[in-house]
Amino acid sequence: MSLQDKDRIFTNLYGFQDWGLKAAQKRGDWDKTKDLLKIGPDAIIEVIKASGLRGRGGAGFPTGMKWSFMPKNPTPERPSFLVINADESEPGSCKDREIIRHDPHKLIEGALVAGFAMRARAAYIYIRGEYIYEAKILEAAVAEAYAAGLIGKNAAKSGYDFDVFVHRGAGAYICGEETAMIESLEGKKGQPRLKPPFPAGAGLYGCPTTVNNVESIAVAPTILRRGAEWFSSFGRENNKGTKLFQISGHVEKPCVVEEAMSIPFRELIEKHCGGIRGGWDNLLAVIPGGSSVPLVPAAQIMDAPMDFDGLRELGSGLGTAAVIVMDKSTDIVRAISRLSYFYKHESCGQCTPCREGTGWMWRVMERLREGKADVSEIDTLFQVTKQVEGHTICALGDAAAWPIQGLIRHFRPELERRIAEHGGMLEAAE
Amino acid sequence: MADVVHIPDEAEVRAKWGGFAFTAANKKKADGYIARYPDGRQQSAVMALLDLAQRQVGEETKTQGWLPVPVIEYVAAYLGMPYMRAYEVATFYTMYNLAPVGRYHVQVCGTTPCMLRGSDDVMAACKNKGLVKGGTTPDGLFTLNEVECLGACANAPMVQINDDNFEDLTYDSMSALLDALANGKPVKIGPQIDRQVSCPEGGPTTLKEMVDANHDYRKAWK
Repeated sequence: MSLQDKDRIFTNLYGFQDWGLKAAQKRGDWDKTKDLLKIGPDAIIEVIKASGLRGRGGAGFPTGMKWSFMPKNPTPERPSFLVINADESEPGSCKDREIIRHDPHKLIEGALVAGFAMRARAAYIYIRGEYIYEAKILEAAVAEAYAAGLIGKNAAKSGYDFDVFVHRGAGAYICGEETAMIESLEGKKGQPRLKPPFPAGAGLYGCPTTVNNVESIAVAPTILRRGAEWFSSFGRENNKGTKLFQISGHVEKPCVVEEAMSIPFRELIEKHCGGIRGGWDNLLAVIPGGSSVPLVPAAQIMDAPMDFDGLRELGSGLGTAAVIVMDKSTDIVRAISRLSYFYKHESCGQCTPCREGTGWMWRVMERLREGKADVSEIDTLFQVTKQVEGHTICALGDAAAWPIQGLIRHFRPELERRIAEHGGMLEAAE
Repeated sequence: MADVVHIPDEAEVRAKWGGFAFTAANKKKADGYIARYPDGRQQSAVMALLDLAQRQVGEETKTQGWLPVPVIEYVAAYLGMPYMRAYEVATFYTMYNLAPVGRYHVQVCGTTPCMLRGSDDVMAACKNKGLVKGGTTPDGLFTLNEVECLGACANAPMVQINDDNFEDLTYDSMSALLDALANGKPVKIGPQIDRQVSCPEGGPTTLKEMVDANHDYRKAWK
């Protein structure tokens, strides 16, 4: 059951070895890429579909199906684009960074494979602005690939012309949302667009566009080399493949590690992180998929499978597999309130429920942290989260609502205890 | 979005930066960025050019740099776009400084994963050295800000100082880092403990062959 080293895709994950083209080729990247493309765009999409790969950026949409939405006959006047989402900003997430700085050629080769499969003219890799060092490596790796004829005109001697460009962001979480990313690529504020039209119909510069996460793209060449059956031999039904998990917070040894999907939480932590700080009895709660998903209390997560469906059954989600572990020393209300501040800070300001709601929710959370509230305000807060959720153009409103909902659902007694301790409402509400 | 900052007096700024233009080297870089986008879509390069301009201002002022209004105007004109569209971008994204900053812009990540691992201690170390959140030290050396998740959560807590990340910090290592920067001593970028990037402390639990050699795992594929 346990994933073996030979089945790990990102073999240079920790950067012990050189990221450069020569070293990457020795590890198997860019090996007869031309032959991978020989089967044709539609056959590639079929392999990706059969592999069961679901998008690694959080939503878990089937990658092959997403690619199949792209037009089959783009014209030079209206070309198709692949946009690779390297705007890794979800609190807890730090996997794309490792791919980019240590295995960039997997991503660039994946860009060619995916771009070819969706008949795109070029790929734009949108890397978050704060990844300054990582962007330098990525730019250098792209230059290497151009110099070696692997991308550009007649890419990898396939007869297909394909460009890869790097675009640096400048510090806005919202640009990780696909239509905000497209706006940002066009040189505007990163404010999400209404859908429809979906990007596959009208995206970057009004042309058909697919936005994929770095990890989804970077695993594609290996899937083609080893076959859909190989990839789908890991994980439970509907949750296939290998996955980069990023464990932060109160474990003995936080780390990024590639494991099989559906690995039980306990095994993941014991094997790679040296256990929970202070032992398993000291575990309080876990945010299993990055800040946007609700927390799960210790008892429920301990033996849960870490995959899309398993965590959804617990009322949470796999998200980007950014596992934030909290032990009993955690001020859980502050931990969630800090996330509320994050969403307040990152709201783009376009939709009223989110722009006003994130600030309001944070202010109430800060009062709840100290117990300076009335018990009835817990319900009011919950109601407000429900009014924000689903009433905004993009999912940032939802993402701001869910952590608070998770807190109220699982830690209401703690909120009530603080209010009781403080002696109830002393000051008028804002 | 960036918090409201105090933008310096316009007449003074205009006198100082009104004649801003890219250096020859930066012009070449700027044109390289513009070439990445289709003809007529040069506005796409506005983010890259604002960054470039901020860096040039930084070099001229020996700081991280910032974007005076005339510089934003220059970038907008360079790309043939209305000033307001460039100004919108400069104010929307947090990495553009709208007011001068110090030699070192200390950005402490305070989001939950860093908070859980002690970003309060990192902040306390900064305060103890006289840094004030949102302000610059009187000697112009340090500007301190608390920022949102910088994507190095497995190495929390961390700070980004200008272009460099410093990770796995403690109160003591953060204090030592600030001392070293203040005294012009060399600093170690990345984890401040004995650790290879985001690998578990004490050595990898997977892919151990990679530590010493560029191992090719394909031999084990069936």
